[in-house]
Amino acid sequence: MSEILVLVDHLDGAVRKPTYELLTIAKRLGEPAAVFIGSAASAAGAVESVKKYGAEKVYVVDDSEIKGYLVAPKAEALQQIAAQASPGAILITSSAEGKEIAGRLAVKLDSGLITDAVDVQAGPVTTQSVFAGNFTVQAKVTQGTPIITVKPNAAAPEESAGAGAVENVAVTVSDSAKKAQIVASQPRESTGRPELTEAAIVVSGGRGTGGNFEPIENFADALGAAVGASRAAVDSGWKPHAFQIGQTGKTVSPQLYVAAGISGAIQHRAGMQTSKTIVAINKDEEAPLFELVDFGVVGDLHTVLPAATAEIIQRKG
Amino acid sequence: MNIVVCVKFVPDSTADQAFESDNTVDRVGVPGLLSELDEYAVEQALQLKEKNADPESVTVTALTVGPEGAADAIRKALQMGADAGVHVVDDAVAGSDALATSKVLSAAITKIGGVDVIVCGMASTDGGMSVVPAMLAERLDLPQITFASVIESQGDQFRIKRDGDTATEVIGATAPLVLSVTDQTGEARYPSFKGIMAAKKKPLDTWSLADLGVEASQVGLSAAWTAVESTEARPPRTAGTIVTDEDGSGAKALTEFLASKKFI
Ligand SMILES: Cc1cc2nc3c(=O)[nH]c(=O)nc-3n(C[C@H](O)[C@H](O)[C@H](O)COP(=O)(O)OP(=O)(O)OC[C@H]3O[C@@H](n4cnc5c(N)ncnc54)[C@H](O)[C@@H]3O)c2cc1C
Ligand SMILES: Nc1ncnc2c1ncn2[C@@H]1O[C@H](COP(=O)(O)O)[C@@H](O)[C@H]1O
Repeated sequence: MSEILVLVDHLDGAVRKPTYELLTIAKRLGEPAAVFIGSAASAAGAVESVKKYGAEKVYVVDDSEIKGYLVAPKAEALQQIAAQASPGAILITSSAEGKEIAGRLAVKLDSGLITDAVDVQAGPVTTQSVFAGNFTVQAKVTQGTPIITVKPNAAAPEESAGAGAVENVAVTVSDSAKKAQIVASQPRESTGRPELTEAAIVVSGGRGTGGNFEPIENFADALGAAVGASRAAVDSGWKPHAFQIGQTGKTVSPQLYVAAGISGAIQHRAGMQTSKTIVAINKDEEAPLFELVDFGVVGDLHTVLPAATAEIIQRKG
Repeated sequence: MNIVVCVKFVPDSTADQAFESDNTVDRVGVPGLLSELDEYAVEQALQLKEKNADPESVTVTALTVGPEGAADAIRKALQMGADAGVHVVDDAVAGSDALATSKVLSAAITKIGGVDVIVCGMASTDGGMSVVPAMLAERLDLPQITFASVIESQGDQFRIKRDGDTATEVIGATAPLVLSVTDQTGEARYPSFKGIMAAKKKPLDTWSLADLGVEASQVGLSAAWTAVESTEARPPRTAGTIVTDEDGSGAKALTEFLASKKFI
């Protein structure tokens, strides 16, 4: 059975949930082998984490020489590991960086690339959601090593003990991969709420909040949800761009999406249309988002949400 | 300084999008236009020119790979203020994926020659893979400074702000380079009447694959590195329940709905 390489998405060794989803998918396709690119000090913890989700092997690449450079060195590292492992497929998280690594790798390996898969089955056959979620497409890589970037929530992570055999890899990185330098980095402040793209419930606010996100946040906290925003709310400076949902922000596909004070422009829909259950609260009964909802309230979010929040807290006792 | 801005002709996203019987995107039946996200790229290319100490010495060339109609995307860029246009059109290009598109684009950029900055949008509004700029950087062996929300430059030194998943970063590189820009960079200008008139006299070259020395067998649907097996329209959502909030009834009904779906 051939190895399926999974690039580990982590923050200083803390492995992020989408990686466990990729390992779960990798098991359907072959033998999961994780690729960890990070500091030597953080490797041991990451190895323990990926082992629990079925990694039979972990390629560890010490990033001390490459961490100050954007994307290109990681693609070179993967290329070298792929040359040695001849994997059956390479799985990468569908983030902006993940897709760029995948793009460069596809050129290097002269291999087909599929991005933003929402499901991957044996073959590998991928499922993608396109045109703002209006179509689903089944596709296959027909040349080279299939390189697939997978969206968060594409699979439910399943624990399963893997051997986790560590193989330290010394990669040589070319000078030309070091031409785009990370000059400064400001880590994102933690909101204490679930990660937007991973959350089971997302509550978003738009221009209709008038800049007061308190009703949105309190309602989100009562449900244990992540908080999102429309571009109008971001452009007004009410929330940072990292909160934006839509074509030029994040795509989310939670179990429940609640939009308050958001009209439902096509660019916003592109980022939330595949949510399982959709709820909207809007003063205007003509708001286009009502066409999509499972449940809608025509009313003022500033009265509906606080009352609903109180009700939820009471029910939970 | 030579700037190339890559612009894509895409089906209008507000029209009903569709697939052809061979599972490629219908680019004929649906009206097309310059991808909205590439307008931001054109804007930033023009601002680089205008901010240059000697704007007259800077040439902005708009480049597209696409069907006949794609010349419209170039025309729009020329009306906004680009100096010249290049349209790569060839029947063999139809159905190309990102790998093939980046191959054709990089061959065209090499033919244009002496290019210092290649400006791209952050994603196509149709396919939307967000990979072509990184692929161009790989093929042309250039640094990539991508997903820029703010751009600063001095001579051949560039710095951008990039909103990553876990951090906001400042990325620096020296031209020649590939730059991609987000919609955070600021509104794109509208063509002025003067711009529309001036565009009619600007050079627009049409190149075939043969002009670029790219073999037809290396691109297009038959050479694609990926194959779409099937497409399916999403079933229309069943109409939901809509209630009107009167005397707090909205909050109650909402909570009941959430409880019935086990979200509470
Ligand atoms: C290239 C491009 C990319 C874009 N990308 C994105 C993107 O990624 N994400 C995105 O969201 N948008 C995006 N947009 C913008 C998009 O077109 C819309 O302008 C935007 O989504 C509108 O945000 P909104 O719904 O909050 O504001 P509006 O459209 O102004 O809607 C506000 C809504 O709030 C309601 N309201 C007002 N007061 C109340 C109240 N007290 N209680 C309840 N309801 C109230 C109003 O009835 C109205 O429906 C993009 C646009 C372009 C051109
Ligand atoms: N056919 C094309 N012609 C010109 N530029 C393109 C083409 N396809 C993609 N691009 C450029 O690459 C960017 C990202 O595209 P994509 O990777 O398809 O999302 C776009 O915003 C364009 O700047």
